Amino acid sequence: MTAQTSLPSEAPLTRRKRAVVVGASSGIGAALVRRLAAEDFVVAALSRSPEPLQALANELNTGGQTRAIPYAQDVTKLEEIPAMLQRLVTELGGVDVFIYCAGVMPKVDINEFDLEKDQHMLSVNLAGAVAWLGQVGALFQKQHSGHLVGISSVAGDRGRVLNPAYNASKAGLDTYLEALRNRLSRHGVHVLTVRPGFVDTQILANAPRSFGVISPQQCADGVWKAIKSGKQVVYVPWWWRWLMLAVRNVPSFIFRRLSF
Amino acid sequence: MSSAPLLQNAVGLENFGHSLKRVAYVFRPQRTDELPALFEQARAAGLTIGLRGSGRSYGDAALNTGHIVLELGALTRILDWNAETGVITAEPGVTIEQLWRHALPHGWWPPVVPGTMFPTLGGCLAANIHGKNNWQAGPIGEHVVQFTALLPNGQQVTCSPQENSQLFYAMISGMGLLGIFTSITLQLKKVHSSHVRVTAWTQPDMAGMLAAVDANKDEDYIVGWLDAAARGRSLGRGQLHRATYLHAEDNAPQQTTLDLPASILGIPKGVLPPLMAPFVNNFGAGLVNMAKYTADRWLHNNKTYLQSLVEFNFLLDYIPGWERIYGRNGLVQHQSFVPAAAAESTFREILKLAQRRGLPPYLAVLKRHRPDKFLLSHAVDGFSLALDFRVPSQPARLVSLAEEMDAIVLANGGRFYFAKDGTLNAERARAYLGAEALASLQALKAQTDPDNILQNDLYRRCLAN
Repeated sequence: MTAQTSLPSEAPLTRRKRAVVVGASSGIGAALVRRLAAEDFVVAALSRSPEPLQALANELNTGGQTRAIPYAQDVTKLEEIPAMLQRLVTELGGVDVFIYCAGVMPKVDINEFDLEKDQHMLSVNLAGAVAWLGQVGALFQKQHSGHLVGISSVAGDRGRVLNPAYNASKAGLDTYLEALRNRLSRHGVHVLTVRPGFVDTQILANAPRSFGVISPQQCADGVWKAIKSGKQVVYVPWWWRWLMLAVRNVPSFIFRRLSF
Repeated sequence: MSSAPLLQNAVGLENFGHSLKRVAYVFRPQRTDELPALFEQARAAGLTIGLRGSGRSYGDAALNTGHIVLELGALTRILDWNAETGVITAEPGVTIEQLWRHALPHGWWPPVVPGTMFPTLGGCLAANIHGKNNWQAGPIGEHVVQFTALLPNGQQVTCSPQENSQLFYAMISGMGLLGIFTSITLQLKKVHSSHVRVTAWTQPDMAGMLAAVDANKDEDYIVGWLDAAARGRSLGRGQLHRATYLHAEDNAPQQTTLDLPASILGIPKGVLPPLMAPFVNNFGAGLVNMAKYTADRWLHNNKTYLQSLVEFNFLLDYIPGWERIYGRNGLVQHQSFVPAAAAESTFREILKLAQRRGLPPYLAVLKRHRPDKFLLSHAVDGFSLALDFRVPSQPARLVSLAEEMDAIVLANGGRFYFAKDGTLNAERARAYLGAEALASLQALKAQTDPDNILQNDLYRRCLAN
């Protein structure tokens, strides 16, 4: 039997755009799925655990319209990624927007050096991101189009005392996205780096002393706006840009004495 | 990462109208004996295969989104050629251009050519294309002596009007859904000159145009251009071109290395598209249409001249990449085929409708047709009107205009043409093809392609159910 596209036949000229969100079960990812569905996208929602995705799909797929399609994929299983992408291309009929927003931040104490936690962060936040973004980037290069989005963090701007591996994973992702942008923009591909501040998600539970917290929906709105306007790097909300400009310029002899 | 080897072959593909951008896994076989392995690969990956020649279909016939596309344009061998009889056998990737350049030095010309020389023979047979001589010469399928094909079920077949005739009449016009042509044998037409004698004249309205085309349908070629912007009593006015082959006694030119002119009205072709860009909007295109009609009417009406077969037939090739001037959203062509008696009212109605919707066509072409025996035939005993539309920034407007025009055409017993179509749906396709033809297609497909491997976007849109 040949694979069949599960989507109903659409008029070619008005075919809906396709999006893929990796890390869609909760938080910013789930909010992005909702936002893209509202923008008339067909969204493939990927996550390790299929149950919350199914609930999200059920919520969105009303009135006989397919807006979100759940797929189970664990981003730490790198070897599965190319086959999953091929499956998405076939079943969705291509990808126009790809967003990697899988990310973890376990609670790490100021004097804690936990190999397992660090490895997990590197593998979800960075290795999985590099694998997905690289494969999709190659596809976008060949189709000469596409929006490639990585959800980085303000935490990638500086290495801080609280969570070195998280900072490193986001800094790595940030640099990888910049390199991809330099590679792919000449092929007509838009690469967007998003650096959210504090967003009200599971991650926030492990971030002490948060301020200026926004909802995942507000974050998703900011991401969508940045996709539409073709921004390269965007802080969400916007004022983090200026705050982080200051933070980035704090001299080390002061920074290493700070406790945040 | 060999788990997804097909990703390496992912390519962004467009239709000829550049209105659709899709991704597919593209393979370009160099020899026909690579085809069975490609079927196996598709089967193993659970994917379908769409066939593509030069990608000159206006709609989505040469796209197979998210699946495999076989580009057959590298299969360009001429397998056999008899300069005495004019019978040629060629691989499916041979283009119309390669064909005439091969045959014309020996005094032969393809009996049916489309308005462009870039399509492949395989694509021409799949769409069963016609030329400006459809009344006289029929579609290209009527000049096919035989073809061989590889079917997805593994069979190799030879088809002709006598042998496997059901498959012959279905694969020609079958849009690449039943099998892959591996060789095509055509009977070419003897010509005594590289040139034809052309007469051009104008008619002031739709009735005049239709009557003139009809009165000249027994000429070798007859085609009408309509001023798409004309309204009211002038609606449908335009210019006709009639052409006749020359005879040996005509002391005719014998050029065999023909090329299209390098400049038009003294302007080099390369710089024409940017010069035309300001006119590719409703106002500008209307101006160009009106100016052309006025010039045709008052400056060079009723002229007879000699023109090469290449210059007469391949108008669309004068400016390579002309379709790009329609801009980012591309163009869509709506071509309807309407029985003679209903043609005038139908064409008037759809032209007026398009103008009323604020989406006037920028180019309109009129031709005379007759029915043929092929399964997915587009022809009727009547006329066709081909309208080129710029896709607006809100494509839904054009989609709904097409739907309205289709309803008018269907109500008048009209038909459509898959080489051009990009807006029909399954219901409207069934309305003109009939349940019987669709059932025949599915019955044949069940034999030749039991796993339903051969598909394309057009198939899923119009024919699958």
